[in-house]
Amino acid sequence: MSALKRTPLYDAHRALGARLVPFAGWEMPVQYRSILEEHAAVRSAAGLFDVSHMGEIHVSGPGAVASVERLVTCPVASLRAGRVRYGLLCNEDGGVVDDVTVYRLADDHLFLCVNASNIEKDYRWIARHALPDARVEDRSDRTGLLALQGPASAAVLSRVCDVPLAGMKRFTFAEGAVAGAGALVSRTGYTGSDGFEIYLDAADAERVFAALLDAGKPHGLAPCGLGARDTLRLEAALPLYGHELDDTTSPLEAGLGRFVKRETGGFVGAEAIERRALAGHARALAGFVVEGRGIARAEHAIFCGGARVGVVTSGAPSPTLGKPIGLGYVPPALAAPGTEIEIHVSRPSGSRTGDRAIAARIVDTPFWKPTQPTGGTSTSARPHTA
Amino acid sequence: MADYEIPNDLRYTREDEWCRVEGSRVVVGVTDYAQQQLGDIVFVELPAVGSTVERGEPFGVIESVKAVSDLYAPISGEVVEVNGDLADHPEHVNEDCYTDGWMITIEPSDPDEVGTLLDAKTYRTHVEERSTE
Repeated sequence: MSALKRTPLYDAHRALGARLVPFAGWEMPVQYRSILEEHAAVRSAAGLFDVSHMGEIHVSGPGAVASVERLVTCPVASLRAGRVRYGLLCNEDGGVVDDVTVYRLADDHLFLCVNASNIEKDYRWIARHALPDARVEDRSDRTGLLALQGPASAAVLSRVCDVPLAGMKRFTFAEGAVAGAGALVSRTGYTGSDGFEIYLDAADAERVFAALLDAGKPHGLAPCGLGARDTLRLEAALPLYGHELDDTTSPLEAGLGRFVKRETGGFVGAEAIERRALAGHARALAGFVVEGRGIARAEHAIFCGGARVGVVTSGAPSPTLGKPIGLGYVPPALAAPGTEIEIHVSRPSGSRTGDRAIAARIVDTPFWKPTQPTGGTSTSARPHTA
Repeated sequence: MADYEIPNDLRYTREDEWCRVEGSRVVVGVTDYAQQQLGDIVFVELPAVGSTVERGEPFGVIESVKAVSDLYAPISGEVVEVNGDLADHPEHVNEDCYTDGWMITIEPSDPDEVGTLLDAKTYRTHVEERSTE
């Protein structure tokens, strides 16, 4: 196994006493003090995440827009400079190569924020499908990314940032200075709460991270690890690549049809997605709440009426709801809210407590959303990348 | 390095359970090191009173937000008491793993078995070996 990569904030995480774990080839903080406390900080105040492991792939030149247009499921030509859209890179079979956010920097310059685990795969895929008059460049290593999330995010960020945040709408961004460092400030996130993602030079990451922690102190800001990031995104029912999405999954099975330009098509995988939809999907992603005693986890089997009908893709206790929740694939006929299912909890190998069934019920997603829309026009919780 | 509480009057396993002898019985829980490693405990599954446990075999499950782990029996015997409070308050394991966070009481099948477990000094060495990177 190759050595784990470290973000520019590795030393800062150590100094804060973070527990570092391997994630997608990176040594990342899973928690600083407590996942539950960090989760609560984001829902009630603010949390600061180092997500510098994520990738940034730039596409520029005269063919940039046409190249990205044929690579992602969301419309690109209509995306104005300063705006962000969520979309999927699909393969010729309609499976998901990655889920990404597309940033329009200028007429002839976009970048895609991609999952850490997929950077190399995505880069090769994009370079292979880009037009000759487009330049594809992986800037992941020199780009730092901080996510400041939670209702107090704007108050915290405005203390150290010269970008006017009050009128900034969700899924827009602006360039400016954060703690004196040049940054791209985007009103996006992966928690379901209001918040910002701050792209900057890797060399500035440590200083800006420290300045944000300092500015956030009076607001109850906590440094947060990937543990809280996962429970937060699950409450918002945002998909995680490798769990809800993979190379075989159609975006429509995952309930992401609203991010697919089905009328216009013209992107890699468009025909296969329609062909598969016409043939009828065998499965649909559904959210469930556990009603019995126990916690559903990824890969547990889902049963209904005594038969195995599907599999859990993500499962965890929901700190905000106070009960375990999960996402999983079931036949479309069983995906309706109210459907009673059973989760077959399998234990660590060798356990004599063995497998057992716990009752659960399909519910509408997201499991949680802010009561107060924030950040200008609040679109419903939109997926972002992990 | 974090500081771990390891009471001198208890016996320990390499799987991070502790044992306290109370008369003929042995109370079992998980150590401070274990609860710190696991993080927020959100679920504990324990055996029924009257069931038997076997040394080195799993007798229950402990879950944190992220992780699921087996609990291993430090000695063989019959389960004579179970901490039912943990069903509603698994956080007791984090808050006080050596008192309110106890898990089961065993009537040992071999009264001498507990004496073969690690003492506090040996267990501390075992913890420190895993804590240094």
